[in-house]
Amino acid sequence: MGAYASRRLLWAALTIILTSMVVFLLLRFIPGNILNIIQENMAANGGGPIDRAGISKLLGLNVPVYIQYARWVTGIVLHGNLGSSLMNSRPITPLIVQRVPLTLELCLMSLIIVLLISIPIGIFAAIRQDTILDRILRSFTIILISVPNFVIAGIITFYVFIWWHYFTPLQFISIGKDPLGNLGMMIMPALALGSQQTGGTMRVMRTMMLETLRQDYIRTAWAKGLRERVVVIRHALKNALIPVITMVGGWIPILIGGSVIIEYIFNLPGVGRLLFDALNNRDYPMISAITLILSVFVVLSNLLVDLAYGWLDPRIHYQ
Amino acid sequence: MTNDNKNVAGGRPAEEKQHSFVFDLFKRMVVEKPLGAFGLVVIIVFLAIGIFAKYLIPFSIIQINLHMINQPSSSTHLMGTDFLGRDVLSQFIYGARSSMEVGLGAAALAIVISVLIGAPTAFIGGKTDMIVQRFIDVWLSVPAFIVLLIMMTLLPRSIFTMIMVLGTTAGIGGARLIRSAVIVIKPNTYISASEAIGSSRLQSLLRHIVPNIMPMIIVAFTLGVGQAIMSEAALDWLGFGLPISIPSWGTMNPWPWAPLAISLTIFGINMFGDSLRDLLDPRLRGGVGRYSLKPKKLQQLRKYFVKEQLND
Repeated sequence: MGAYASRRLLWAALTIILTSMVVFLLLRFIPGNILNIIQENMAANGGGPIDRAGISKLLGLNVPVYIQYARWVTGIVLHGNLGSSLMNSRPITPLIVQRVPLTLELCLMSLIIVLLISIPIGIFAAIRQDTILDRILRSFTIILISVPNFVIAGIITFYVFIWWHYFTPLQFISIGKDPLGNLGMMIMPALALGSQQTGGTMRVMRTMMLETLRQDYIRTAWAKGLRERVVVIRHALKNALIPVITMVGGWIPILIGGSVIIEYIFNLPGVGRLLFDALNNRDYPMISAITLILSVFVVLSNLLVDLAYGWLDPRIHYQ
Repeated sequence: MTNDNKNVAGGRPAEEKQHSFVFDLFKRMVVEKPLGAFGLVVIIVFLAIGIFAKYLIPFSIIQINLHMINQPSSSTHLMGTDFLGRDVLSQFIYGARSSMEVGLGAAALAIVISVLIGAPTAFIGGKTDMIVQRFIDVWLSVPAFIVLLIMMTLLPRSIFTMIMVLGTTAGIGGARLIRSAVIVIKPNTYISASEAIGSSRLQSLLRHIVPNIMPMIIVAFTLGVGQAIMSEAALDWLGFGLPISIPSWGTMNPWPWAPLAISLTIFGINMFGDSLRDLLDPRLRGGVGRYSLKPKKLQQLRKYFVKEQLND
């Protein structure tokens, strides 16, 4: 397993490099560019035509894409510098370092909430199949995925305010200053962000549980006279969790994508907002930098998921 | 007394099958899975509306009437009119067509891609798996909506493009889920048994692996339909979706009909998928597993066996 993990880490480096190249190139296909946007801003403020060649040279956009990529990578490797924003020339690294923790916290919280809702319901739906309670609980989680998360965000905000007169504070509370206040502030966005994932996870959990509960080794466990709780949790759950954690590993990009909207609705200063603005402004280095960070998380989480397979099912070997 | 028709085991006469498989499945769904049957009805109704859209619409979908903008529902316009005075009901009916086409088409394409990538790589394992999975990692690292926006701007906008774009993006990501399901069943003895009696890799894959991940395929497909409809609506809303000449539930504006229909469809297809998965599972048929024996069935069985013993 150690050899496997180290080989995977080598591959991880390659994957990340390839991702950064693909993104850097891909972004040039988005219609519109920063020069047009600067021009529009100038026109809106009553300014005249801009010196397109001069600005493009200033921003380093006058050379071919591969040279821009080479410059960007050199900056990262030599100085740990992710470049500077095209929009306001501010260095990107401190901006991202400042904002990553919030988005990470948001994603982690919604991940925990989703797992707390969907795994127990998934297990229950499998072991008490077709009972009334099973139908009610399953309907509840499916309703959560049938409604877009921005609608759920609206509903949560509205009813929490009507019933408990609580409204998300307008000013951001950092976790260092007031941990409890921060958690309270993040719980509603986390719920709204996670709502889309509950149904799928519950359904995968349920179907795998139904599969696993009818395997031979479960019959053996019953024959040994073990109690239901032990059979379900110790024997069946671990094996059935494999596709579920695969799904969880695949959430990171989905959650980051979702956080673009949720952070916007709840006015949170996270990476999602940064990405949204950067996309609007065609701020290539900013988007590339955020995607680079994202790909590190994706690659690492997929590695962890693959390593967990062996822990969950000892019959799986790594070659 | 000799009776040739009698089954050997237990002396119970062999039951003759009276209906086709599909009819049986439908009957069992109505009796055993009311929620699944409800889902099926929703899907069939929307599909029928979509298929016969041409004959159902009361007004032309492109007929603009600026004297009648933003009307509430009335006897002529059952769902009212939109900002251009077009009949909302007609758009809703045509929207059912495009949304169902996109949802079912994209999910079908996605699941085919996922199985084609996920199942063989997990089964073969080793280097192939390692390399293919790294490409999937790259794919997953690029935020999906960037890819969607770029593809929708570069390609001509139509329902076909939408199905292709949503199907491919979801399919490649879904390959990891299918792969994990194969990894779970790969260590089973029946796989080694099939290899021991000399079946080729392809045979094992097609005859043993794929049928056994069918439950996961059904779940992934029905989840995919909802995701595709939702993504299509989101793309429409961002202005990168279907052209304005093709009404869809995403482009329709007045609230609440289209969102309600989207939610209802997603709820229906998910519930239907779960029920179908249960009904097609051979291990649940006959109901003598630890978790599928219902009290009523148990009583029937007990009565049956007690009677048999008395007769003997």
